[in-house]
Amino acid sequence: MKPMTITEKILAKHAGVKEVTPGELINAKVDIALGNDITAPIAISEFRKAGAKKVFNKSKVVLVPDHFTPNKDIKSAAQVKILREFAKEQKLTYFFDGGDVGVEHALLPEKGIVVPGDVVIGADSHTCTYGALGAFSTGVGSTDLAAAMITGELWFKVPESMKFVFKGKLNKWVSGKDLILHVIGDVGVDGALYRSMEFTGKPIEKLSMDSRMAMCNMAIEAGAKSGIIAPDATTKEYMNKRAQRPYKFYESDKDAVYAEVREYDCAKIEPTVACPHLPENTKTVSQLKKITIDQVVIGSCTNGRLEDLQVAAKLLKGQKVSKNVRLIVIPATPFIYNEAMKLGYFDIFLKAGAVISPPTCGPCLGGHMGILAEGERALATTNRNFVGRMGDPKSEVYLANPAVAAASAIKGRIAHPDEVSK
Amino acid sequence: MKFKGKVWKYGADIDTDKIIPARYLNTSDPKELAKHCMEDEDAAFASKVQPGDIILADKNFGCGSSREHAPIAIKAAGVACVIAKSYARIFYRNSFNMGLTILESDEVQDATDNGDVLEVDMDRGEITNVTKGRTFKARPIPPFMQELIKAGGLMESIRKRG
Ligand code: SF4
Repeated sequence: MKPMTITEKILAKHAGVKEVTPGELINAKVDIALGNDITAPIAISEFRKAGAKKVFNKSKVVLVPDHFTPNKDIKSAAQVKILREFAKEQKLTYFFDGGDVGVEHALLPEKGIVVPGDVVIGADSHTCTYGALGAFSTGVGSTDLAAAMITGELWFKVPESMKFVFKGKLNKWVSGKDLILHVIGDVGVDGALYRSMEFTGKPIEKLSMDSRMAMCNMAIEAGAKSGIIAPDATTKEYMNKRAQRPYKFYESDKDAVYAEVREYDCAKIEPTVACPHLPENTKTVSQLKKITIDQVVIGSCTNGRLEDLQVAAKLLKGQKVSKNVRLIVIPATPFIYNEAMKLGYFDIFLKAGAVISPPTCGPCLGGHMGILAEGERALATTNRNFVGRMGDPKSEVYLANPAVAAASAIKGRIAHPDEVSK
Repeated sequence: MKFKGKVWKYGADIDTDKIIPARYLNTSDPKELAKHCMEDEDAAFASKVQPGDIILADKNFGCGSSREHAPIAIKAAGVACVIAKSYARIFYRNSFNMGLTILESDEVQDATDNGDVLEVDMDRGEITNVTKGRTFKARPIPPFMQELIKAGGLMESIRKRG
């Protein structure tokens, strides 16, 4: 059989064929189809227009109203209501509401709803996050979601793969977020257009699951269809307590064909920041001098996980947030919220002067819970810094890891974690 | 199929937050969305665009989120078609799925100014700048996508399959 990448193998299996080739169009079975409060209402309306009565499988269609919840206004409340009623009518196993809701891409892996070897589609561009578990997952639109909800299948063009090989040891304060920002800075916001990004190398093997998810989460920011990391012992340990279904590990063949291979020496990668208004505008923290900020957001499907809150808590312990800065901490899921509370992080955040938000996408997409005014500047652990992303079109967003975010909140300007850590 | 319309010319990496900012995503009503189309890139667009106008952009048009609200807003604003050097993949997929005509071409951009009139001949895959009197080739639409268009979009094709 011809050598294949992990992505090609997963797609071939789900298309019921022995092998696939990049560029080929296939129909593949979908293990999980996901929608949120922005995208699912359109999908549900398409579902009804098509005359469909039942979803293909009630435990494989997942709805997570996380963007504007707790409902920020009447219109959002109406959107969420559409999801709630559909979930009830279809008896969906996985619908999250009220105190159960969390940011979708943190929630699904945490609950073991997505598992290694899956094909996952979501009407949300950051669906690519689950590549961290060794699944093929990709963002689609609402019409695609409707089609998958009805048929349990979807058409895909098999993507070419691009391999990113990391070498050496990670510098202090460098996390998965910095690696992916560095890569996007290198290849650009369309540098991996239509492709799958495969991250490999010893430093990747050593990354925690949280850090791996932060990396795959931002594959879309390089234009990629998906990001993926071969599952290993870390994945197994993560899945063991969670997986709701049996799962399968795939790996790339040694002689698999890649459209491009890039190597990075981790010794050269420092804490990295993406400057306005594109994720590719990267600089190292040390290159940025005296950039004052009005708001810091620690949260989102990129960096709102426990490891992220832990790093932030470590730096904020016994410190005060600058008088000129509003620090907003958003644990991504109820589980993370609870753990952070038990571990004493909330005490640290509150004493430092932070606001702790319930799990929500909130300010990440300029929804609510921390919108910027004209001329304001934020540093966020989120994934997009487009014009107007967090509020007024004349506001600015810088993207960084949670350690840089915590240090910057204390200093009132973009700061290196070394500046505040004793 | 032929279109003729005035050009609204934009640069590279026009993201979905520019096409339709998230602050308006608490609805999916096309008319509401159209009112704010391109707002953060060009505040005048939504009030001045005429039915049949054409958006001409550089590379990676529609990057960012998966919101179908983006092609919906463009379509509801009356835009006949979008021409760009390349598209972000989810936007590309969404446009075909929901029937917004999009074309890829590398050459029209440099030879066309904002406000020029373009004529697009879908069957011949040709784009003519009527103002400047020059004709360009569009990249052919992949056969699979043509099938989707013929079927009337993804949902129509599923309906037909039963
Ligand atoms: S946290 Fe931000 S990027 Fe992630 S799903 Fe929510 S809005 Fe999208």
